[in-house]
Amino acid sequence: MSLRKLLTGLAIAIALSLSGTAWAKELKIGLNAEPSSIDPHYHNLAPNNSMSTHIFGSLIEQDEKQRLIPGLAVSWKAINETTWEFKLRQGVKFHDGSPFTADDVIFTVGRAPNVPNSPSSFGTYLKGKKFVKIDDYTVHAITEKPYPLMPTDISTIFIVSKKAAEKATTADYNSGKAAIGTGPYKFVEWVPNDRLVLVRNESYYGEKPEWEKVTFKPIKTGPARVAALLAGDVDFIDNVPTTDIARLKKEPKISLSQGVSNRVIYLHLDQFREDSPFVKAKDGSKIKNPLLDKRVRLAISKAINRDAIVERVMEGVAIPAGQLLPEGFFGVSPSLKAEKFDPEGAKKLLAQAGFPNGFKLTLHGPNDRYLNDAKIAEAVAQMLTRLGVDTSVETMTKAVYFKRASSGAPDKGPEFSFILVGWGAGTGESSSPLKSLIHSYNKERGFGASNRGRHADPEVDKLIEDALATVDDGKRSQLLQKATELAIGRNQAIIPLHYQVNTWAVRKGLAYAARTDEATHAYDVTSAK
Amino acid sequence: MSVFIIRRLLQSALVVLVMSLLVFVGVNVVGDPVDMLVNPEADQAEIARVTQSFGLDRPLYEQFGLFLLNAFKGDLGLSFIYGEPALKLIVQRIPATLELALVALLMAIVLGIPLGVFAGLRPNSKVSKTIMAGSILGFSLPTFWVGLMMIMVFAVMLGWLPSTGRGETVSLLGVQVSFLTWDGLRHLLLPAINLALFKIALVTRLARAGTREAALQDYVKFARAKGIRPARVVLVHVMKNIMIPVVTVLGLEFGGLIAFSVVTETVFAWPGMGKLLIDSIQLLDRPVVVAYLVITVVMFVVINLVVDVLYSVLDPRVRLKEAKS
Repeated sequence: MSLRKLLTGLAIAIALSLSGTAWAKELKIGLNAEPSSIDPHYHNLAPNNSMSTHIFGSLIEQDEKQRLIPGLAVSWKAINETTWEFKLRQGVKFHDGSPFTADDVIFTVGRAPNVPNSPSSFGTYLKGKKFVKIDDYTVHAITEKPYPLMPTDISTIFIVSKKAAEKATTADYNSGKAAIGTGPYKFVEWVPNDRLVLVRNESYYGEKPEWEKVTFKPIKTGPARVAALLAGDVDFIDNVPTTDIARLKKEPKISLSQGVSNRVIYLHLDQFREDSPFVKAKDGSKIKNPLLDKRVRLAISKAINRDAIVERVMEGVAIPAGQLLPEGFFGVSPSLKAEKFDPEGAKKLLAQAGFPNGFKLTLHGPNDRYLNDAKIAEAVAQMLTRLGVDTSVETMTKAVYFKRASSGAPDKGPEFSFILVGWGAGTGESSSPLKSLIHSYNKERGFGASNRGRHADPEVDKLIEDALATVDDGKRSQLLQKATELAIGRNQAIIPLHYQVNTWAVRKGLAYAARTDEATHAYDVTSAK
Repeated sequence: MSVFIIRRLLQSALVVLVMSLLVFVGVNVVGDPVDMLVNPEADQAEIARVTQSFGLDRPLYEQFGLFLLNAFKGDLGLSFIYGEPALKLIVQRIPATLELALVALLMAIVLGIPLGVFAGLRPNSKVSKTIMAGSILGFSLPTFWVGLMMIMVFAVMLGWLPSTGRGETVSLLGVQVSFLTWDGLRHLLLPAINLALFKIALVTRLARAGTREAALQDYVKFARAKGIRPARVVLVHVMKNIMIPVVTVLGLEFGGLIAFSVVTETVFAWPGMGKLLIDSIQLLDRPVVVAYLVITVVMFVVINLVVDVLYSVLDPRVRLKEAKS
């Protein structure tokens, strides 16, 4: 082959490769975590659900503040205490052109809880509910007892096409064969660990997204994700590491989008063992667990300078917390504020509780789960040591940590005495953390699954249970607020530190509306006006 | 030779068995996969359901017995995360990793051997000293850091090469490869260099040491005295004799390249086996970790065998016979 031929060939190859990528409106996204499947009912976890909203629709959707908005259902209401009615949207077509009707809804609620090998099933949201088709565009959901969270639960379920999914397995979704939804994007291809490609659904019933083609690339390492954005390989990344925020702010090619999330970072304290394994007297001898005394818990809360943590450790990217969810969410108490830093008051309380000289404590936490988790633990420990409670810190990878924190003790109970954890309210209202973190541990009834301090107050339990059976929004909100005020304001069941603020970065000229549920949606990215 | 191979294979089976027991017990004492996989909102009943469906409620010996039984049928278990056979997940990612490893190996041979031989023949020249100093850097700089620096320079500052991912692939004999497309090649270059750097340094040093030793041997002097062209002396007489250590080490290192190019694959988001392994470890996807290590052991055993056979080809004095020890 002559040199000229070779060069011509090369030039053609280059031209072809360039034209191949020249989509009019393409968006490339670098993601911190990727879904484990395209099957929207296989794995109920954030990365999967975030992806599913692109391809599949749900009856009720959650806006960027997790407020419920109409999706495939145009309206919903409780027609009596135990029956909810959903009116479906007419004229919606699946990606394969077939119409969406009540049959698809009935099929979906039958499939969602029963996907084989599911590592986390949607059964949690569907159990105890019976679905009945009234006509092609009306569905009733019936429960035995009044159930106010029906719309929230329903908003988590992605509707699949009965026609496409009737015999489909999870593998059929992953290959794209059954990945037929009503969402704003259609499935093109998925190569696990490498890319997921979607194209715009031109017959989408709602507002059409700006991007004709979207490519998601999983880039797990934070610095590599930032580099990919700076190099122009992707247009949009999630989970910007806090250490890079200052630098990216100065970068003219990049703009940031930040928003408070539904995730509170908090401390859980052992409130069920007289002899707690990681609490000792200063000389190392055994003492009766001081954390049982709520004055001690309040003292710890007062000794923590939340503003300093936010400013120094979180580089300004967090909001001091006084309860389970930030302002603006359903069921949040207007009267609970972040506990003020008050070292003198803390010392007094400690003395009143009978520990004027303090004691010894170990704080356990993960080091790869929340933003700056290990550094937060270090800061808290230093502040408590200044109070007189000598606190040492032990952090570990989340894979080891959560097992030990939940069931590491010989009796399969929580192992640690004092832990740093976070909670994101997936439902976007305060019954989620109240039910799982604050309600006393009750395996049979499914309460307090993450109550690793085993806080227990029958009065609070009753309020939570009443709230979960009150359909009227106003009354339920009152009950949830009351429960939060008692549990945190009075009992110090947990010590909230701050609400996590999440950061996305886009190339200049684009904008992203930050979401409280930490999800990353291609269709919410717009050209800045 | 066949007796030697059969004997080696039997020994290998035992190694695989012992190893799988160690790995199985090892990964089972760490953490609880259910905590990693289940939605935080799930209640105790759901957690119990998942634990049971993964078989984690059974005693460890029962789990291991079941694993062995299925392994004999060629089934290494289902991934907790993907719900697909662990073996399939790994096999799917082999082409990407193999491609990266082969290119890195090629770089190591093509660059490392000539540089090393040159440095060995002229140990005192400035160029040789530069090569040797460079090889020390190649040895000692951490892969993670070098990878990020290369991204910084070539992708972010100069904008010549893409920073992440695998690029366009085409099907070659049913296998997806990226080195046949321009886009794929561009994506391949940085991670391959990153992975190869250490190996180039290693081969350079081995080749240099071998060359220095061989150059003083009688047969080389004799060849020179006979008036054989210097090029032939180096290429035939010297090269043949330095290849044995180089082949041994490269064989083992190739296994390492395939099985543990974890760092490079993570930094460059390369969709290979190494990345699968690290993700699986972090999320406690035990079946994948166990299957991965079983496959790795099998691979090392095979590579060692191939290296032994290659010895006998390269050096006729080596005879493969029944080892007495």
